[in-house]
Amino acid sequence: MSAAVNAATAPDLREIEAFLTHEAALLDEARYEDWLSLFAADAWYWVPSQPGQRDPFETVSLMYDDRRLLETRVRRLMQGLLHAQNPRSAATRQVTNAAILETPPGAAVVRSKFAMVEYRRNAQRIFAGSYIHRLVRAGGALKIASKRVNLVNCDAEHGGLVVPF
Amino acid sequence: MPDYSTQSLARLVQPDRVHRNLYTDPAIFALEMERIFERIWIYVGHESQVRNPGDFFATRIGTKPVVMSRHSDGRVYVVHNQCAHRGVQVVAEDSGNAQEFRCCYHGWSYHTDGRIKNIPLRHAYGARVDVNDPKLAMVQVPRVQSYRGFVFASLAPTGPSLEDFLGHIATSLDDMVDRAPDGEIEIAGGVFKHGYDGNWKLYLENLLDAAHPLFVHQSSIEAAKVQDDAVASDGSGEIAIRQMRQNGASYGFWESQVGIWTYPNGHAFLGDYHDDAKLVAAMKDPNFRDYIEALEAKKGKAEAQRILEVRRWNTNIYPNVSFMSQFQQFRVVHPISVDRTVVYTYNFRLKGAPERMFRNTIAFANVVNGTGSLVLTDDLETYGRVGVGLASAGAEWLNIARGADTDKPDAHNGRRGKNSTSEIYLRNMYEAWLQYMTGTKPGLAAAAE
Repeated sequence: MSAAVNAATAPDLREIEAFLTHEAALLDEARYEDWLSLFAADAWYWVPSQPGQRDPFETVSLMYDDRRLLETRVRRLMQGLLHAQNPRSAATRQVTNAAILETPPGAAVVRSKFAMVEYRRNAQRIFAGSYIHRLVRAGGALKIASKRVNLVNCDAEHGGLVVPF
Repeated sequence: MPDYSTQSLARLVQPDRVHRNLYTDPAIFALEMERIFERIWIYVGHESQVRNPGDFFATRIGTKPVVMSRHSDGRVYVVHNQCAHRGVQVVAEDSGNAQEFRCCYHGWSYHTDGRIKNIPLRHAYGARVDVNDPKLAMVQVPRVQSYRGFVFASLAPTGPSLEDFLGHIATSLDDMVDRAPDGEIEIAGGVFKHGYDGNWKLYLENLLDAAHPLFVHQSSIEAAKVQDDAVASDGSGEIAIRQMRQNGASYGFWESQVGIWTYPNGHAFLGDYHDDAKLVAAMKDPNFRDYIEALEAKKGKAEAQRILEVRRWNTNIYPNVSFMSQFQQFRVVHPISVDRTVVYTYNFRLKGAPERMFRNTIAFANVVNGTGSLVLTDDLETYGRVGVGLASAGAEWLNIARGADTDKPDAHNGRRGKNSTSEIYLRNMYEAWLQYMTGTKPGLAAAAE
């Protein structure tokens, strides 16, 4: 692939920031099916349990969903009979400090920082850390090929984690 | 502290009901720590966590912080994690390797078996400290014993042997180890740490509760049922979704194909569920075929067959462990207070098994024990709601009667429910609980001093 083509298809930082803001808004609004539609057909979503965890196969993860499990996770989140979300959480996310780490052809690996406040049943929890998105261009639109969520307290004792980060 | 006499404790546990105070009264919790967790055999850790001299693993016995270590003599010790000088926590890391344990405050140091090694300004104490005093140490827990690598400790200097305490339930630990072609297992793959605002007993109870998945896990069952299996999976999602669907098995299944066996001291297991032919790692899975080959090569065909036909689901070793051999899951319960509990869950790697088999273990851990799993999160929600519900003035007594008229004696000094939906495991745990709490457990009265 020539540099010119790559330059035409690779997302720039402005487009990426708009995408990340849009993704956070979908999650804040609990529009999980729309959130799922941002992911590529063979995407994965990963929240490691250890700082610097190498892979999701040899060590447990707070969440590790291949595309098939991510669909099931989203379907569960949309269910009325989900005890762990009865009552529902309210959440708000800030995404900042986006930086492009790599630009393989037609793609971008992006690191950003996030903070999420989750409120449910008189209790508020704060989660923070970094996102590593691998974004690809598919039919003009950006898609998430993979999303890794590094929580600063990933190895802490946690209550149930239901709302995606 | 309210006075709980033997008689008043006995009134709280009746054949088909228990009093809600068992889950809510801080005085009961304090007595449980003293008479159960600080007296009987408690699982502490696995020898693979302290493989080499100097290796240590910090944990708790009940609410008491302790350190399990491998000393230079090759033996495993369990010592209280406290400096003999000013009571400071000495070992601050969860695990690691050390030449010595040194206190951060005034530098008192200890050998890795807990004995005092060096006291700065020793001369200033004169004859007032005796370095041969066993209490001038990170004090050793009086009894430590390993069963096939599983390290148990008791804070009581005397009492029943570990073998007597375990009885027939030791065969479930055998099942954990025997499945390794090389006859050895090791903790690997990290740990989940999840907490809930509810009593510690709820966790053990739920792990043997065959009647809860249809309701508690309805959301993940329904979501998994309709999942399109043509969608991309690297194997992880496939295992998770299969397990969620399995949780949706009908009562008929639980009543006809799954049993529950209980034994003295509060131990029990669910069995006959998830036989290997139904498992993810089933015969058509090339990993599992390789595994069986490895097992047969090391153990012979007949022994391999015997091992694979042990079909146990969750086993509880009262009061702080619940484990599952077929996916090498091991959960350790840490009571924090009467209404707060933390559970650490571990995975074991089978030595000599195909490396890729461990991926199945991890994927299974993620869906069943994961803090962010689609399954466990509904359990945690339920424990919390039990905690809230018990504060109500409604039901003073909690019912544990299901199947009580159909329990029957079983071999090995045990009793079994008619099928897995029997609440015999609750009745069995409370029978043991009452014996521990009132000091009527044979062999334990002496330890009460």
